[in-house]
Amino acid sequence: MKLTGAEIVWEVLRREGVKTVFGYPGGAILPTYDAMTKYPDIHHVLVRHEQGGTHMADGFARASGEVGVAIATSGPGATNMVTGIATAMMDSSPMVCITGQVGSKAIGTDAFQETDVTGVTLPVTKHNYLVTRADEIARTLREAFYIARSGRPGPVLVDITKDAQQTSAEYDWDAATPRLPGYRPDLHALPDEFERALDLINSAKRPLILAGQGIIKSNSSNLVLQIAEKAQIPVAMTLLGIGAIPAGHPLNLGMMGMHGEAWVNQAIQRADLLLAFGMRFDDRVTGNLKTYAQNAKKIHCEIDPSEVNKNVRVDVALIGDLNATLEEIGPGIKAVDRSEWVGAINELKGDAAVRDIQALPDSGNLYAAHVINDIWRITKDVDPIVVTDVGQHQMWEAQYFRHERPRTLITSGGLGTMGFALPAAVGAKFARPDREVWVVAGDGGFQMTLAELATIVQEKIKVNVAIINNSYLGMVRQWQEFFYDKRYAATPMVSPDFVKLAEAYGLLGLRVTERSQVADAVKRARAHDGTVVIDFRVQKEDAVFPMVPAGADLDNMIRRPKPAAPALPESEGDGEWEMPK
Amino acid sequence: MAKHILVAYVEDKPGVLNRVASLFRRRAFNIDSLTVGRTEKEGVSRMTIVMDTDDVGARRVESNLYKLVNVLRVDDITDVPSVVRDLALIKVAVNSGNRTEVLQLADVFRARVVDVDDRALIMEVTGAEDKITKVCDVLRPFGILSMVRTGVVAMRRGADVTSEEPPLVPARIVTSAVDQSASDAVMSV
Repeated sequence: MKLTGAEIVWEVLRREGVKTVFGYPGGAILPTYDAMTKYPDIHHVLVRHEQGGTHMADGFARASGEVGVAIATSGPGATNMVTGIATAMMDSSPMVCITGQVGSKAIGTDAFQETDVTGVTLPVTKHNYLVTRADEIARTLREAFYIARSGRPGPVLVDITKDAQQTSAEYDWDAATPRLPGYRPDLHALPDEFERALDLINSAKRPLILAGQGIIKSNSSNLVLQIAEKAQIPVAMTLLGIGAIPAGHPLNLGMMGMHGEAWVNQAIQRADLLLAFGMRFDDRVTGNLKTYAQNAKKIHCEIDPSEVNKNVRVDVALIGDLNATLEEIGPGIKAVDRSEWVGAINELKGDAAVRDIQALPDSGNLYAAHVINDIWRITKDVDPIVVTDVGQHQMWEAQYFRHERPRTLITSGGLGTMGFALPAAVGAKFARPDREVWVVAGDGGFQMTLAELATIVQEKIKVNVAIINNSYLGMVRQWQEFFYDKRYAATPMVSPDFVKLAEAYGLLGLRVTERSQVADAVKRARAHDGTVVIDFRVQKEDAVFPMVPAGADLDNMIRRPKPAAPALPESEGDGEWEMPK
Repeated sequence: MAKHILVAYVEDKPGVLNRVASLFRRRAFNIDSLTVGRTEKEGVSRMTIVMDTDDVGARRVESNLYKLVNVLRVDDITDVPSVVRDLALIKVAVNSGNRTEVLQLADVFRARVVDVDDRALIMEVTGAEDKITKVCDVLRPFGILSMVRTGVVAMRRGADVTSEEPPLVPARIVTSAVDQSASDAVMSV
């Protein structure tokens, strides 16, 4: 069948099962947009900024497990995508970005809106392509989808020249099978490594599972739970691993790392075996590498061999798809009584474990932790998808919103991209229209991509937006408070009236200034037919505790301050915090 | 730390050298030399990469190279019998007084004289890296006007032909008996 390059783009997208694409038109991609009108079964979401388009594709991918697709034109359209692509790269999110490029004869001439996009995105894509001929489009796009979703997933960019979109070529899906002789996503560990791993696991007295996002990506939650329960191994989660196993499970300790609970980090430092499942020992998780888990042997179950021994030297590496690895070692893991170890960790928790911030008296102040915990309490029956931005609210969400299912927390972990939440939530809503979606964002990050409110209006979708508004760039302010003698350089922030802003977009805006109003506002937002923006005016100079200063030993934390007055909740007191030794 | 020689077979496509070079820059892998050339097979290029690193470092480079879609196979030939060659062109200043001495030195190192002028001559010398370095040391007193080295190329000895199909190489990880104190990566905020 003879088709134009532009038509081939849509044929392949359709064949790959794509129902929704997020894009923004422009000169060099116009032929593809023109051909789009012939493919009404693929829904195009017009974004307000190409960065938003990539975050939407990313959010779509994280909520669904499928490949997200973003489209942009050449030059500025493509360079605007870079932040979103880098975000997806760091968090291994499968994404295909299609960009228009100037005509193949104009390449290298600094033509209007020409940018070397494959050069620009080389370090932040899993792979990328420049396509200059119509007859290369089908195979290239098929390869792009295959690379994006297989192995360790990631973003792939396909840059297509305008003439390649305009000229015609024979389209044959079967003849365009990927040809990737050097690409091997199907790695498998060596048999003797399994035996060594089992010896270590079965003889360990104080083992700990470090649960990463790989569990979610490989759908291994049940296998991890089976192993944990059978061998009585407690589980600590990375930020992106939240949801991998239920928050309410007795063996789930909670989040580890810089803002992980004290007992989790202490347990890691005391463990004699770490089972790292689909996580990569990020510096936010390990603290000082020299003193990190010195008593522990380490088994690293990881799909990407280049992650092994990168930050932490491990004793056994089980390379390959986590699901296949766990299937293989699961039967060899013996049921061992480790109640002493589990009991010791529970002792570390002490009163922190039974502290219930809801039970604390209302001091009249509105704390972000209360807001987030209230949203959880009110919505928990439906397991909503929460999409967070980056900063203090992100950490409070990780601490005070309890996720019972995989893919219910979507957040930018590795790159820490402010502005991620609102567009990613749009993508998540398109992936799971049946699910309740909440955005939890700070006043800073929300303003970076708030233009996508118009996309929400145009697409008539409903998400609930909770702005944790403290009039500061809160996390930076916290660092300034702790490490820069409270010199608040460039962190106080003026915001628009978010209620009026919502109204300007034709949306419902609500403002909450007291704790007693939180529940009503959340309920009203849920009941409202349409997107609601809630401006939560929270305590301005609140800090996330505990905190491991960057580069400090993992169990050397700045702890929650002692309450300054009896009426103040201990978890968020205004008292003086203590710097660790 | 020791010299490691990696041979990478890559698809002969535009931009592949850029991908490899970009990888080394991005991951801060320090390389001594990198050479690229054609092979016996159409569509396959061969890179010889020499670097100063420990075994764990070499495995990291190897596994990162494998992450590049266009890399077909990486062969670490550091510890296998192999032929390792570097080629240099050296332009030496000479005069009627010392020309004979320089020619004799060339003879000792089995270097070929490929151009002669009344004030200079060009020597072509092939060999292992340290031999070339030695030649340069010996010629320096006469005055080296210009010098270029190709960088190392290497090949396994014997009749074995390395296929572009790696076995389980990417999963080959140095794990046991690794000095834990070696992990002194710098923390950043």
